[in-house]
Amino acid sequence: MSPFATPYPGYDIRAKASSPSWDEVTRRVVDQRVNAVPGREFLSEAEWRTLEAVCARLIPQPDRGDEPIPIVPWIDHALCRGEGDGYRYADMPPGRDAWRLGLEGLEAESVHAFGRAFGELDGDEQDALLRVVERGEVSAGVWLRLPPRRFFAHTLLRTVVGAYYAHPAALSEIGFGGPASPRGYVRLGPGERDPWEAEERHDGR
Amino acid sequence: MDGEPRAAAGRAPDVFRRGGWVPMRMYDERDEVDFAIVGTGAGGGTLACRLAEAGFRVVAFEAGPFWRPLEDFASDEAEQEKLYWKDERITGGADPITLGSNNSGRGVGGGTVHFTMVAVRWRPDWFRSRSRLGYGVDWPLRYEDLEPYYRQVERALQVAGPVRYPWGPPRPRYPRRAHRLNAAAQVFARGCDALGIPWAEAPLATLSSPRGEAPPCVYRGFCAVGCSTNAKQSALTTWIPRALAAGAEIRDLAMVGRVEVGPAGRATGVLYHRAGEWRRQRARRVVVAGYSIETPRLLLASASPRFPDGLANGSGWVGRGLMVHSNHGVWGTFDDEIRQYKGPPVMAITEHWNYTDAGKDAPGGYLFGSQGPLPRAWAQTLATGRGLWGEGLRREVARYNHVAGVKMVGEVEPQEENRVELDDETDRLGLRIPRVTFAYSEADRRLIRHAERSMADVLAAAGGRELWIEADTAHLVGGCRMGSDPETSVTDSFGRTWEVPNLWICDGSLFPTSGGANPSLTIQAIACRTAARMKDLARRRALDGAP
Repeated sequence: MSPFATPYPGYDIRAKASSPSWDEVTRRVVDQRVNAVPGREFLSEAEWRTLEAVCARLIPQPDRGDEPIPIVPWIDHALCRGEGDGYRYADMPPGRDAWRLGLEGLEAESVHAFGRAFGELDGDEQDALLRVVERGEVSAGVWLRLPPRRFFAHTLLRTVVGAYYAHPAALSEIGFGGPASPRGYVRLGPGERDPWEAEERHDGR
Repeated sequence: MDGEPRAAAGRAPDVFRRGGWVPMRMYDERDEVDFAIVGTGAGGGTLACRLAEAGFRVVAFEAGPFWRPLEDFASDEAEQEKLYWKDERITGGADPITLGSNNSGRGVGGGTVHFTMVAVRWRPDWFRSRSRLGYGVDWPLRYEDLEPYYRQVERALQVAGPVRYPWGPPRPRYPRRAHRLNAAAQVFARGCDALGIPWAEAPLATLSSPRGEAPPCVYRGFCAVGCSTNAKQSALTTWIPRALAAGAEIRDLAMVGRVEVGPAGRATGVLYHRAGEWRRQRARRVVVAGYSIETPRLLLASASPRFPDGLANGSGWVGRGLMVHSNHGVWGTFDDEIRQYKGPPVMAITEHWNYTDAGKDAPGGYLFGSQGPLPRAWAQTLATGRGLWGEGLRREVARYNHVAGVKMVGEVEPQEENRVELDDETDRLGLRIPRVTFAYSEADRRLIRHAERSMADVLAAAGGRELWIEADTAHLVGGCRMGSDPETSVTDSFGRTWEVPNLWICDGSLFPTSGGANPSLTIQAIACRTAARMKDLARRRALDGAP
């Protein structure tokens, strides 16, 4: 599969930060997300590395070179603060335990299947391993304490995707209008675009 | 995380001004106030306003913060998760309900702070569900009992809607003109027209023209994570300012842990946690308005030797009969740019299958309408709903601007085993956390399949390609149902509990059936009716009599 390319090249919602589309509280919140990325607080170094490797497969960012949108720091930060979704499934352990067990399970599964740590697998092998967990076709004993499919979809994937698409660069690549207060939108109909909205590239790609 | 309470020292936040304050009357904790209300959302916020305006001395407790939308609400999905109830809950059963962002509010105004503003009335037959339609149970009140209060709420919220609403009995025209349709709604209308199904502009509790200090909607589209301009007519911007002006006290960041009961078996006040300590407010009457999970949780947690199974739970129905709405959706891709992030999420709806029973193979009804998910939520839906990740996910999310979809608000049957209980695990305040159990019935599943076909037909007729179905739920109702029989219900039609004559309930937990429509307007109408009843009883000096 060819690498992802945005249909909205050159569009950056942050370019509107001093326009009427952004208010003060939004500027503060987005600035913090971009510039105040927290360091490791909760996960062990090994857990952090595993999760980094997992995120690189769930949301590959080859187009961003050495500066991918940070995902792991925000997950770690929320775990440190004990922030969750406000609920957990009856068959799941509490949030922190679920993450720790899940990362342990991925590593155990990796050793079972390939005899190597997750981070030492190539991309295809990592994907294959993630599919194993996604489908619940696991063999490591740790999964007796953590339902693998629930962990993959609800805990891991949903959270990783939520962290990535919280970043203004991710919102820009999909042509979202971005922050919109106090100025909202005037042109609402099909094919209608306000001048401050992203313009889609129509070159047949 | 939440900081200090803001409503204190004789003043409360002015929601219409950055850093602004309005005066607030305050009551001594030893002072036996007329009403202690637990919760400030569609039920409690509305009731606090109407009771204060009737001259009662009211203190309303809210577990969450008192926001000023203009300075506190960012155009940012992740930041705005602060509007949801994030304390741990356990969700189980065959079809565990997604809680958190899906159906909870925490903060003055409750869930109305982030609701999508759809303000629809109940189909009159739903109040006689069992006797007229053959499923569910009858409500202890009729449409005619509620109609004046629907009217009252539509005026209070200055609902914007069509001149002629195609379904239900005649009603006055909506106070404000309907909003013009965004592209997602135009797609929906096109599909309905092609199939000959009537549709209408959704009656919305967001302003289509200026009102006092609130501006009209600017179609910024962040409604589901809080309105930062105050166009949205939430309890926070409507009932609460009125309540304060009429002399009610709002206590924010105040979590009620127990309704206290005296030796005579009557409620004497509430035990609540605020600013780091447990405190006690005396009250002549207590109203619980914490919605379908927290209301039964509080009653169950208020068990005592006299009420061993929980307060007002002689029937065993506290916590039972919990319902959601099935909220499945169908999504498609369109050649046109839709840009579904613009405007309120739901701008056009059809109640065709709420008012047409022929051709359905399941009891119950549903409405469905156009949608407008924000991008982060949409990406999560694609990931979990279709199992997308990797390059494929980024590619699919990047088609966001060409997507339109429809989602249902589908009726589910009340079932005794769908319920809220207390788990042994405790929260940071030492309170037992709720455990929620839910499973769809066979009839619920048939209705969902019927709706999926209807929705896919509309989307296909509108030109949608690559259709796919998302499974979801929305809202909560039931859990402390009202009824005519104390053996099978918790309260009478006004929300007065059968067993404790000065303990009332006022929120969506009262619903005996779920209907196929968004519940907020009906919750607020019930609250207005309850307030009128209380005022009437007080005038006749019968407010504290036996039920």
